[in-house]
Amino acid sequence: MLKEGLGNLGGFFRTNALVIFLTLSFFAAGSYAAESVPAASTMPWWGWPLALFITCFLLGVVAVPSGVGGGVLFVPIVAGFFPFHLDFVRGAGLLVALASALAAGPSLLRGGLANLRLALPMAVLASASSIAGAMIGLAIPANIVQIALGTTILGIVVLMSLAKKSEFPEVPAPDSLSAALAMNGVFHDAARGQNIHWQVHRTAKGLVLFLGIGFLAGLFGMGAGWANVPVLNLLMGAPLKVSAGTSSFILTLVDSSAAWIYINKGAVLAIVAVPSVIGMMLGATIGARLLSVLKASVVRRMVISLLLFAGIRALLKGLGIWN
Amino acid sequence: MENESHISVEQQRYATLLSWGGRAGLLILSLSFLAYVLGWMPAHVPMDKMQQVWNLPLGQYLAQTQTPTGWSWVGLVATGDFSSLLGIAVLCGVSVVCLLAVIPIYARRGDWIFVALCIFAMAVQLLAASGTLGVGH
Repeated sequence: MLKEGLGNLGGFFRTNALVIFLTLSFFAAGSYAAESVPAASTMPWWGWPLALFITCFLLGVVAVPSGVGGGVLFVPIVAGFFPFHLDFVRGAGLLVALASALAAGPSLLRGGLANLRLALPMAVLASASSIAGAMIGLAIPANIVQIALGTTILGIVVLMSLAKKSEFPEVPAPDSLSAALAMNGVFHDAARGQNIHWQVHRTAKGLVLFLGIGFLAGLFGMGAGWANVPVLNLLMGAPLKVSAGTSSFILTLVDSSAAWIYINKGAVLAIVAVPSVIGMMLGATIGARLLSVLKASVVRRMVISLLLFAGIRALLKGLGIWN
Repeated sequence: MENESHISVEQQRYATLLSWGGRAGLLILSLSFLAYVLGWMPAHVPMDKMQQVWNLPLGQYLAQTQTPTGWSWVGLVATGDFSSLLGIAVLCGVSVVCLLAVIPIYARRGDWIFVALCIFAMAVQLLAASGTLGVGH
């Protein structure tokens, strides 16, 4: 009995070691950041970039099994617990999401999980509105952005907790716009061993929503997979795998247009952006390999908890209650 | 193999260019950053000063470090902090090359709506990259 109990406990720790370590490291980083003033920090200059690299590596590890993009985790967590100004964090956040999308994009396109015909109309509108979002985000005071960021992150937490997914939504007939643009396709579902034909509907509503999604991506410097996938899947009726793949591809266009605004405004610091990009990409590579070992539902719950904490932190920071 | 037959020619071309552009950008980014942090290249903002200014709002940071906006960073590409922007620019610009490359395929097929969409998407990217949209803080 005791042996079995200890075995279960050992199994729990093996399964959740990464989760526990990550949670502890965030709380440690949080308490340090809350107590320290960067200008007076005794930490050598390379300390924060190294901490950023390690944090992004861990975020990359959990991003894959939890099914969220690294960008959505990056901005609230780094803005909440690191000394960098929110302007630079958002610039780096866009690059983190862009680099991840660029790394995944080619194989998604070749595998038919991202579809150019479905993505382009959405991406054109979203990238145009992301420019507006980026410009407005850099023009308004940081505390206003923090409050809006905190509110949005808490909204994402609710969305992630409640949103349903539909692997193969039923689309009886394409609408006239999607028919005119031939927004349909076939992908080979290896799990089922068969080709899946798909089409979409409610295209006009989808386009309007993508305008808003692009704006938020530019405003907060976050990848927008959390919003892209539900719109493509639940509203427009694309299969879940096609929605996830196409969402990632759309980010290559949306995040690059917003990132140009941050670059031109001088809001991209190499010392913040590069360790984040490299750490996140290395972590995502490990995360993809750990998919079969980690318990995805546990990691997802932990990520939702982290986002909840980071969202509350952003909100309170914006309101001047917890600086 | 069965799946590949369903992938359009333009999608395959887009994927190939995206793959090479992404790799090139990451390589430049990594090498230039390495040169920056190892001190092989001079820094526009010295590392010890950087940690005193990275918490400032953008406007104050630009003023204190005399960092230029728009494309003026190209003039500072010999410094470590700005050489990394070269890799970032490649990552951000690769989509324009991909879009340009698929236009002839759509045009040959007479798919003028997607020709227009590609041109519009490129225009949006180029407008964002141009630095004409409210540069300065």
